[in-house]
Amino acid sequence: MWITSADHKQVGRLYAGTGLVGLLAGLVLAVLVAFERIDAEGYQLLDTDSATQVLSAARLLLTFGAVAPLLLGLAVAVVPLQLGARALALPRLAAGGYWMWLTGLGLAVASIVANGGPGGGSSDMVDLYLLGTIVMSTGLVMTATSVATSVLTTRAPGMGLLRAPLFAWSSLIGSVTLLLALPVFIGTSIYLYVDHKYARAAFGGNTGVSDWAGWALSQPFTYLLAIPALGMVLDIVPVMGRTKLAQRSAAYVALGIVSIATLATVTQTMVTLPWEGDTFFANAGEKIADLLPWGLLTVVPLLGVLGVLGTSALTLKNGKPRVAAPLVFALHGLLTILLGVAANVLGSIEDAGLRGSIFEAGTYVAITFGSVTVAFGALCFWGPKLWGRRISDKAALPLGLLALLATALGSIPYMIAGFADQPAGALDGFSYSGPQELWNTLTTAGFALMLLTSLGFIALAAKSFISGESAGDDPWDGQTLEWATSSPPPADNFSDLVVVGSATPLSDLKSASNGKDA
Amino acid sequence: MLALPPAPSAPARRQVFVGTALAVAASTTLLGGMLATWLQFRADAPLRESAKRGLIRDWMPEKIVVPEVAANMMVIGLCVVCIMAQWAVYSAKRVDRTHAGLAFGLTAMFGLMVVNAQVFIWTQMGVAVNDGAFHTMFYAITGTMTLLMVAGIVFTAVAAFRFLGGRTKELEVVSASALYWYFLTAAFTAVWFVVYVQK
Repeated sequence: MWITSADHKQVGRLYAGTGLVGLLAGLVLAVLVAFERIDAEGYQLLDTDSATQVLSAARLLLTFGAVAPLLLGLAVAVVPLQLGARALALPRLAAGGYWMWLTGLGLAVASIVANGGPGGGSSDMVDLYLLGTIVMSTGLVMTATSVATSVLTTRAPGMGLLRAPLFAWSSLIGSVTLLLALPVFIGTSIYLYVDHKYARAAFGGNTGVSDWAGWALSQPFTYLLAIPALGMVLDIVPVMGRTKLAQRSAAYVALGIVSIATLATVTQTMVTLPWEGDTFFANAGEKIADLLPWGLLTVVPLLGVLGVLGTSALTLKNGKPRVAAPLVFALHGLLTILLGVAANVLGSIEDAGLRGSIFEAGTYVAITFGSVTVAFGALCFWGPKLWGRRISDKAALPLGLLALLATALGSIPYMIAGFADQPAGALDGFSYSGPQELWNTLTTAGFALMLLTSLGFIALAAKSFISGESAGDDPWDGQTLEWATSSPPPADNFSDLVVVGSATPLSDLKSASNGKDA
Repeated sequence: MLALPPAPSAPARRQVFVGTALAVAASTTLLGGMLATWLQFRADAPLRESAKRGLIRDWMPEKIVVPEVAANMMVIGLCVVCIMAQWAVYSAKRVDRTHAGLAFGLTAMFGLMVVNAQVFIWTQMGVAVNDGAFHTMFYAITGTMTLLMVAGIVFTAVAAFRFLGGRTKELEVVSASALYWYFLTAAFTAVWFVVYVQK
């Protein structure tokens, strides 16, 4: 029975399916808030209090209701196949994690609907929101533990960690960083819950919820969720480029250094640049020491994403790329993640005066939409292994282009508006007339376009799930083990355990077979 | 379909042990984060004059008396739990069911003793959760620690039932439960030092 199943493919499908529903819900709310920002002097659909709550709900749904389950769900479904394993490690933990996550998310969203959440008016519902976030995060930690354990313990014989597919490697890094960062959020939420329920003496009551736990809905926490997306890109690109991944070792390192952002998730390091005219070189040693934490925690992850882009570009240059939906989605997603990570480098410079402005929302949108776009590409790519049928490439390709336009419109105007000091949180108390109106209109159009893209993609995926063209076992001429089993795979994935001799075992086997035929 | 060379046998797996190690890492950041917040609040508290200790941070109200004997006994009790859990691993490796059963029982019993000592501290301190910042944070951190200990007792019970029920070759769960108790001892020692000793 699907509800009690601990089969990793089923759990992965549940995560990804629910993530798509969460994405639609989050985007609807994001469009609503963006629409209100066009002319906040006279609220059209919301009032001051509910606007803040809808904003919180949109962020919660997009971060924990869409990006996290989509990427984690794909990891749960695909990684054991890539490793040549017959099952996920600790499968009941992963399945239990899904149901806990879903329950917690449901409680948190329900509490916001009933006037709870950050800044909510109903005390009981704020408590319920905090409880929901604790349960939801615990569920994600459980599933992340299962994924990380799988990569560490269930690899096929001969598959060292440096022969593991890049998506499996990025899932390991992403899961470990999640299970190190999320418990800090859980601990903070426990403090907030006890304090809010019983005393309201330490953390500032309702308003303290955002101050103390808001970092989990912002950068650089979103980087951690995006790490598996970068691994997906690195697995999709060589297959679509019909060649082996260039600079494979560099790709492993690039993915690893993005995880350095884990250290900054709680502190959200800001820096004041030593731009002081003539005295620039005075006390240079102290200034460099001040810059080091910022450089390490903010600039280094950017170098990691640039490394992923460089490796992908080199691979495509070496190969004979075919323009297919997985590649288009993956590259567009990667570019927008890069935009978000680069923007955060600027946003974390105190002197730029962007702290607390809408610029941060633009950064968030770029990383979140970028991760979702890559996940769409991954669903096109690995769909055959999830449900045995292909998503129509012809129909999906235009959506890949639309996703890029949607992300650009949804993020860049907010970044520009941030320079005009448009605030991030509250909608009122700021003049939205003049150019601001244009930026907010463009952003609203971007969000609406992303909603349209997501609706279109979900319709295509549903059509493929119900009546799509049968995919065959290896529709993309793959390089790794997931393509060596049937589509969809049987209950225990592989009939035999296999020995792996390289990072691209299936490619090697095909080359050897072609050599014999010749 | 192309076929890769079959592997001679399934590779050795330590899934439960590795999973427990990862859970331990997660629990470490959970408690580490909570302790860091505690220390931040204490460092930010205003200064006040204490009759016994001079100028101190106004964090723990002066009227509160911490039952230090019970807190110290919790640390000692957890050290004993570690010895018992390791004894269970030692006996399980030798398929010595009698001693393994005894060791599991003592592990769970000392674990319960530690939880009981925590409940004793809560009742003896007479601190109401709604009295202020120290109070809510005290209950949050010690409550979380107690939940982790209860999870340890359940983990030991599961390991004991599996081993004594006949799965004597699956030693991994037994070692994993011992690893978890080592973590709990280290974690509680940190909580004990920050919350009960430094106050």
